[in-house]
Amino acid sequence: MPKIKVENLTKIFGRQPHRAFDYLKQGRSKQDIFKETGLTVGVNQVSFEVEAGEIFVIMGLSGSGKSTLVRLINRLIEPTAGRILIDGEDIVGMNAEQLQQVRRKKLGMVFQKFALFPHRTVLENVEFGLEVQNIPKKEREEKAKNALALVGLSGWENSMPDQLSGGMQQRVGLARALANDPDVLLMDEAFSALDPLIRKDMQDELLELQTTMQKTILFITHDLDEALKIGDRIALMKDGAIVQIGTPEEILTNPANEYVEKFVEDVDRSKVLAAEHVMKRAETITLDKGPRVALQLMKDRGVSSLYVVDKKKRLIGVVKADAVNAASREAKTLEDVMDREVPTVSANTLLNEMFDLVAFSDIPVAVTGEQNRLLGVVVKGAVLGGLAGKVNRKTPSDAEEERQVMAGE
Amino acid sequence: MSELFPKLPLDRWVERLVQYLDEHFGLVFDVISAGIGSTVDLFSLIFTSLPDWLLIIGFTLLAYKVGRLRVALFTLVGLLLIANLGYWEHSMETLALVLTAGLISIVIGVPAGIWCARNDSVRNVVTPLLDFMQTMPAFVYLIPAIFFFGLGKVPGVIASVIFAMPPTIRLTNLGIRQVPKELIEASDAFGSTSWQKLFKVQLPLAKTTIMAGVNQSIMLALSMVVIASMIGAKGLGADVYRAVTQINIGTGFEAGLAIVIMAILLDRITQNMGKKKNVQEG
Ligand SMILES: Nc1ncnc2c1ncn2[C@@H]1O[C@H](COP(=O)(O)OP(=O)(O)O)[C@@H](O)[C@H]1O
Ligand SMILES: [Mg+2]
Repeated sequence: MPKIKVENLTKIFGRQPHRAFDYLKQGRSKQDIFKETGLTVGVNQVSFEVEAGEIFVIMGLSGSGKSTLVRLINRLIEPTAGRILIDGEDIVGMNAEQLQQVRRKKLGMVFQKFALFPHRTVLENVEFGLEVQNIPKKEREEKAKNALALVGLSGWENSMPDQLSGGMQQRVGLARALANDPDVLLMDEAFSALDPLIRKDMQDELLELQTTMQKTILFITHDLDEALKIGDRIALMKDGAIVQIGTPEEILTNPANEYVEKFVEDVDRSKVLAAEHVMKRAETITLDKGPRVALQLMKDRGVSSLYVVDKKKRLIGVVKADAVNAASREAKTLEDVMDREVPTVSANTLLNEMFDLVAFSDIPVAVTGEQNRLLGVVVKGAVLGGLAGKVNRKTPSDAEEERQVMAGE
Repeated sequence: MSELFPKLPLDRWVERLVQYLDEHFGLVFDVISAGIGSTVDLFSLIFTSLPDWLLIIGFTLLAYKVGRLRVALFTLVGLLLIANLGYWEHSMETLALVLTAGLISIVIGVPAGIWCARNDSVRNVVTPLLDFMQTMPAFVYLIPAIFFFGLGKVPGVIASVIFAMPPTIRLTNLGIRQVPKELIEASDAFGSTSWQKLFKVQLPLAKTTIMAGVNQSIMLALSMVVIASMIGAKGLGADVYRAVTQINIGTGFEAGLAIVIMAILLDRITQNMGKKKNVQEG
C-alpha cells in the first residue's frame, strides 16, 4: 500500500468553485477559466502515489500550485474535489478530531519562512507538537532535545528563534517536525529562503538523516538542481496540473513534452547523469582468441584497444593496438600483452565524479556492474555530449546501431 | 414636509423599550447593580482604608516594576502632590470607579474581541455597533443608566463601560487577526485544537495589541468617570463639577490637576505592562 495516494485532487479558489469543473474537463487553460469565471485553479486533477521511505519532490515555477498541493495533503486547505489517502485512510472525509489525530501522529510540516513561534524558546517550539497532545512535560522535553540533537542544535534549547541564523532557524523547524516522529514530512520550499551554501548543507543533512529515518518526504521546490539532488522521484507541475512524474534521470533523459524539456535545459547535468547514461557499447574479445583476430577486430571496428572479458562478460583487462602488434610479431598470446590495470567506474558514477578519469585516460573508461561485468565504456566525447543533452534513451546493448567509434586515440 | 411625513416617534419608542426592559428584567438589573456596587465598594474600601503613605509606596514600586525609574519617580511625586492638595480620598474613589469599569471592559471586551476575530459575521455586526457606541456623546449613556440603576456610582460605571469597552474589543480582534498566517498554519499543521491555538499562539502574539486596547479603555473609563459625577458618582469628577458650577477657578484647577496626574499614571503603568511582558517573552 502506498503511504500517500492522491486521486484526482482539485482545488479551485473562489466562490462556487464547481463552475470550473466543466471547463477543466474540457481541458481549458487556467487563464481561460479565470477570464470566464473569475475562479483560480490552484490544483488541477492531480493523482500520484508516494511509497513509504520515498522522497517525492514536487517541482514547478512560482504559482504552479505546489504550496496549495502540499497544504491539501494535511488539509490546511480544503480540497474542492478528489481523495487523499494516507495509509489507505481517506482524510478528506475526516471530522476535525480525526484530522487532528492524523496531523499529530503522521504528518510533520516544515515551512518556507520557518514559521517558528517568536514568543517561545527553541525548545518550546520543538515541543509544540507534543504539547498539543498533552504529553507530560518531562517526556516531551526529552523528545524535543533528541530532535534538536538530530539537527545539530544541542545547547540552543533556551535561545529565542530570532537569535538564530536562518539556517539554524530552519533546523529548529525541521526538529519541530521530527519531534512527533511522524511518518510523513511535508516540506514546502523548506530550504528556498536559505543562502546557497547553507542550502546545500541542509540538503546533504536531510539526505543523511533520511538514510536512518526512512520518512516519507513530500518535498516542494522551485529549484530543479535541488529536485534532482534530493528526489527519488519528481513531479513537475504547471498551472496546477502534474506534467510529468519520474526519476530525476527519466525527467532529464525523457522529457514528456516541450515544457519539461525547457525546464531541464539549463540544469547542471553532470550532477545527475551517470556513466550508464553516456556509455557506449564496449568492443570486447576473449582470451581464447589470438593476436591476429584481435588486430582484425580493431581494424573492422576502427578502434585502438579492446577490452578482454571472460565468457560471462566479466572484465579481465585491456589490450592496446601496439602491444597486440608486437605480440603477433613475437608470437605471444593476448594474455601476455594484456594490461590488467583498467580505468573503471560503476554504472551509477556521476559524470562530475569521473571527469578527471576520462580526461587523463588514453583508453575509454570501462563501466562495470555486478560481479565486475562489463556494461560499456565511456569515451571523452560522450561526457561532453551528455552534458550537452545527448544521452542514451535506451541501454547501449539494445542499441547496436549506435555503435560508433569506440576509442578516441 | 412635516405635514406629509409626521415625525417618527423614535423618542417614544426608546422610552417604551426602556420601560419594558425595566418592568420585565428588573431582577437582572438588581443583580448587576449589586455586583458592580460591591466591586466599587471593595476597591474603595481597600484604597481609602489603607494609610496613604503605604499606598504611595506600593504604587511607586508597581510603577518601578512595570516601567522605568522615570515612571516610578513621576508616580511618587504625583501622588505626594495629590495627597498634599487634599484630594487623596477622592482620587482613590475615582481610581476604584476606573478600575471597576476597566475590569468589566476587559472581562467582556477581550472575549468579545476574540469572538469577532474568529467569526467574520460577528465582526460585521459588532463593528458598526462599536462605532455607534463611540460616536454617541458620552453622557447620553447616562440617561438609560440612571433609569435602570438610579443615581450614583453604578450607572456611572455602566456608562463608563459602554463608552470605554470598544477599543479593547477592536484591538483584541485586530491583534488576533494580525498573527501571521504562517504561524496559524504551523499551529494547525501540528494538530492543535482551536482553543490550543488561541491560548498558545494567538493570544500570546496578540498581547501587545490587546494591552494597547486595554490602555485606551482605561483612559476612556477615566474620562467617563469624571463625566459620571454629574449623576452622583463620587470622586475627583465631583470636585471639578462643583468647581465649575460655582465658577471656582482655583479649586477647579487643583481637582483638574489631580485628574491629569491620575490619567498619566494609569496610562504609563498600563502601557508598560503590555510592553514589559513582551520583552521578557521575546
Ligand atoms: N488563498 C488563495 N486564494 C486565491 N488564490 C490562491 C490562493 N492561494 C493560492 N492561490 C492561487 O493558486 C495558484 C497556486 O498558488 P501556490 O500553490 O501558492 O503556487 P506555488 O506554491 O507553486 O508558488 C496561484 O495562481 C495562486 O495565485
Ligand atoms: Mg509556494
